[in-house]
Amino acid sequence: MELLSLAIRSIFIENILLASFLGMCSFLAISKRIETAIGLGVAVIFVQSITVPVNWVLRHAFLAPGALSWTGVPALAGLDLSFLTFVVFIATIASLVQLVEMAMDRFFPRLYQALGIFLPLITVNCAILGGSLFMVERNYTFAESMVYGISSGSGWALAIVAMGAIRRKLRYSNVPPGLRGLGITMIMTGLMAMAFMIFSGIQL
Amino acid sequence: MASASAKWKPLVDPLSETNPITIQILGICSALAVTVKLETAVVMALALTTVTTGSNVVISLLRNTIPSRIRMIVEMVVVSTLVIAADQVLRAYLYDISRQLSVFVGLIITNCIVMGRLEAFALKNPPGLSLWDGLGNGAGYGMVLIAVAAIRELVGSGKLFGHAIIPEIAYRAGYVNNGLMLLAPGAFIVLGLLIWAQRTWIRHFES
Repeated sequence: MELLSLAIRSIFIENILLASFLGMCSFLAISKRIETAIGLGVAVIFVQSITVPVNWVLRHAFLAPGALSWTGVPALAGLDLSFLTFVVFIATIASLVQLVEMAMDRFFPRLYQALGIFLPLITVNCAILGGSLFMVERNYTFAESMVYGISSGSGWALAIVAMGAIRRKLRYSNVPPGLRGLGITMIMTGLMAMAFMIFSGIQL
Repeated sequence: MASASAKWKPLVDPLSETNPITIQILGICSALAVTVKLETAVVMALALTTVTTGSNVVISLLRNTIPSRIRMIVEMVVVSTLVIAADQVLRAYLYDISRQLSVFVGLIITNCIVMGRLEAFALKNPPGLSLWDGLGNGAGYGMVLIAVAAIRELVGSGKLFGHAIIPEIAYRAGYVNNGLMLLAPGAFIVLGLLIWAQRTWIRHFES
């Protein structure tokens, strides 16, 4: 039940894009067409639900203070490697994206063809690194980190697909020249964020 | 005169004509997240300027020795090292602010401005010019951050740098702070309007 509540919270109430502003760059660049928005959304769900649990394991096996005590070497037991968190996480993300890309190419060539160009872009999507860093900051358990990975990715996908749909309709509107493109997109994202805030009254 | 202006071009252009946030659409995430208060915005702007300038110079020095196939990994390592250093300094000297910035210092690693400048400028230009380019882009980013933060803090909580600006008498007369400015939608809308104003000013229009 708590896991379900966490899932609802990270999809709607604390949407990683609309409430924490993560992944804005690719959100603004890719949401012009709804087809590509769906492609990138699926790719983010996929990568996010793998990287957050993997980074959880790395953190609890190697990086957290005293995490190395499982080795049995007394010199390592008291070590605190948490200052290495950023490098380790970004390396994990970059290599996992590469691995996922190769595995997809081998086993799901059709999915790979559909997502192909979006996968490399994900390494620099801050929603992915941000998800892992939030996992550390909020002290999630392993089960929670799995749920958080899937649902924060889904929340991001939901937002970009919705924005893709709105921008498609917007092509027929007469927007003031200075506001075209980035400006109007920011304001619409603001309105969307406001709409998502109605979920914040929900108690689970 | 021509050579002098060419030298300053990398420093001056990003302030307005090629501003990383409002024109190039880079580094938006942190621009929105840390702008609830001026204090955090200023610290974040300084941290990003340091990282961009530092990594620009380092990569520019190494530009002839990095094989182009693995340049991304090299860039990532340089940037993350600098970000770790910046994070440790903030934790040591400005602990409260670093708590408020939470994950966003770490996210400088994936901030598109840093990678974008490395790819677009530092790989092709000598260290001196790259230094100016890093400083200029950091300053362009900082200006937008500080403008957004000033509007949000003033309208949202009636303060600037934590000091009350709106006089007590205004509140007694019925003035109410606009709480929306402190929430996520406020950030999007303020930045949207700022982009509108700036693009109209320099006449940069998207089709």
